[in-house]
Amino acid sequence: MSEHSLVIEHLNRTFASPAGPVHALSNIQLKVKQGEFVTLIGPSGCGKSTLLKIVGGLDTGYEGKAELNGRPITGPGIEKGVIFQEPRLFPWLTVEKNIAANLSLKNPAVRRRVDELIELVRLKGFEKAYPRELSGGMAQRVAIARALLRSPDVLLLDEPFGALDAFTRAHMQEVLLDIWQNNKTTMLFVTHDLDEAVFLGEKVVIMNPRPGHIREILPIDLPFPRSRTGASFQELRRLVLQAFEKGEEPALDLGAGI
Amino acid sequence: MFPASTRNKTLQGGLHSSPQIRKARQRSVRLTNRWIGLLLPLTLLVVWQAAGSAELLNPILLPAPFDIWEEFRAMLLSGELLSNLGISTWRVLFGFLMGGGLGLAAGLWVGFSHKAERLLNPSLQMLRTLPHLAIAPLFILWFGFGEESKLLLIAKGSFFPLYINTFLGIRSVDNKLFDVARVLEFSRMQMIMKLILPASLPNILLGTRLSLGVAWIGLVVAEMMGSTSGIGFMINDARSMSLTTVMFVGIVVFAIVGKLSDSLVLLVERRLLRWRDSFQGEGGQ
Ligand SMILES: Nc1ncnc2c1ncn2[C@@H]1O[C@H](COP(=O)(O)OP(=O)(O)OP(=O)(O)O)[C@@H](O)[C@H]1O
Ligand SMILES: [Mg+2]
Repeated sequence: MSEHSLVIEHLNRTFASPAGPVHALSNIQLKVKQGEFVTLIGPSGCGKSTLLKIVGGLDTGYEGKAELNGRPITGPGIEKGVIFQEPRLFPWLTVEKNIAANLSLKNPAVRRRVDELIELVRLKGFEKAYPRELSGGMAQRVAIARALLRSPDVLLLDEPFGALDAFTRAHMQEVLLDIWQNNKTTMLFVTHDLDEAVFLGEKVVIMNPRPGHIREILPIDLPFPRSRTGASFQELRRLVLQAFEKGEEPALDLGAGI
Repeated sequence: MFPASTRNKTLQGGLHSSPQIRKARQRSVRLTNRWIGLLLPLTLLVVWQAAGSAELLNPILLPAPFDIWEEFRAMLLSGELLSNLGISTWRVLFGFLMGGGLGLAAGLWVGFSHKAERLLNPSLQMLRTLPHLAIAPLFILWFGFGEESKLLLIAKGSFFPLYINTFLGIRSVDNKLFDVARVLEFSRMQMIMKLILPASLPNILLGTRLSLGVAWIGLVVAEMMGSTSGIGFMINDARSMSLTTVMFVGIVVFAIVGKLSDSLVLLVERRLLRWRDSFQGEGGQ
């Protein structure tokens, strides 16, 4: 067995459209080790969500190879946890029931795990609240707890903190790193935000559009916990930015963290 | 209603404009808004009674409110009103349960299965537009003047709102939540019980309310076409004997029980849909 949990080779994804075929992904090559934290960054429309959906098994219309733990990805499942840009909670269920979803809280093992996870994502006291009573950040933490309850091999996150303010976002990044360090879950994290990509990833995958392809994969050899203000952080940030400039593509969102 | 003293105070508040006074005035305006709906009917009632007392009205055509009230009391004490109301309520309930139940079942089936939709929906949509009055004589011809024809007419009416709204509710479940359910490995049964049904519950409850409303309308038609009991019969019978006060009692009773049954469903809805936070209307709570 290889040390790679996720292996993607010669992956292509084409959508039919009235104006002709759209090459959303072209010849993607990506290997992710068990327990690795990989961030994906690139301008809008470069196929980040498409790639994540394929790995999550929600889009099976691809060509090429996409394997998780040596098996081709043919459909969604709890071993591939997905966190979407919006929390996507069931509005009629309370926080704890949203986390349990189709598992029964009457099962003592589930009950115990749910309580632990509520503690972990710092939502103690909100077990019985409905989604409408939660802030965006709290709702997203519920979504994270819901995925973690299933102990996934890989956690796929599609701009999960995109809608949050800078403070909440920084806090959520810490929460996520905590979870990752405790569980050693493989992470595939899509973001628009340069600082977020460098702050979280052990590897930053830089993508460019038309057709969506990987431009460069940059290792981030900084120990955790990282400091956003350190000289080496800024240097790596500059390197990622440079990789984009080589792509002569429209500037991506540098808004946060400057 | 609020005491006159507060009203005076808030009126004075209109002259000064400190923030507290303005807020108090806003609150009293809101209170006024709530009661303002009673203003028109009350005025009408007073004018009506005054005109009746002054013998300006022909009591055969339009009896005064007080006479209607007296008739209501008399009918209540004799037991006539309650026995008719009992029969009517039983018919509505039974017809509604039958028609509404079938509507719910058909809506679920057609909602879940595209094949069932193609099979059933066109025919059902065609039947839907047939008016009660056109169907009633046929039902009477087939089933006679007995209970069957009445129950069937009520059932026919209450079938469609529940059918259509259940169908719509199921088809409008958010696709994004479907993706979540697939990722969480919901079984087919869990998809139905834990996603589709709760998500379409608001529509199903709306359908229930509409169905119940239509059931009362069907009842009136059924009881007026041919019957020897019930509120509808009571009205029709009173008409043939020119007992106008009795007719008015019947109409008022219909209005009240119709409103009551609607409020009952609304109450259930409030309980079941507590999780919802949709827009409740400007100035609503
Ligand atoms: N279901 C679909 N049908 C047709 N085209 C699609 C579909 N999904 C994605 N595309 C196209 O594929 C390309 C990549 O889309 P994708 O959503 O993966 O971009 P993205 O990198 O996630 O962008 P963003 O950062 O804005 O979320 C786009 O050109 C888009 O129009
Ligand atoms: Mg996207």
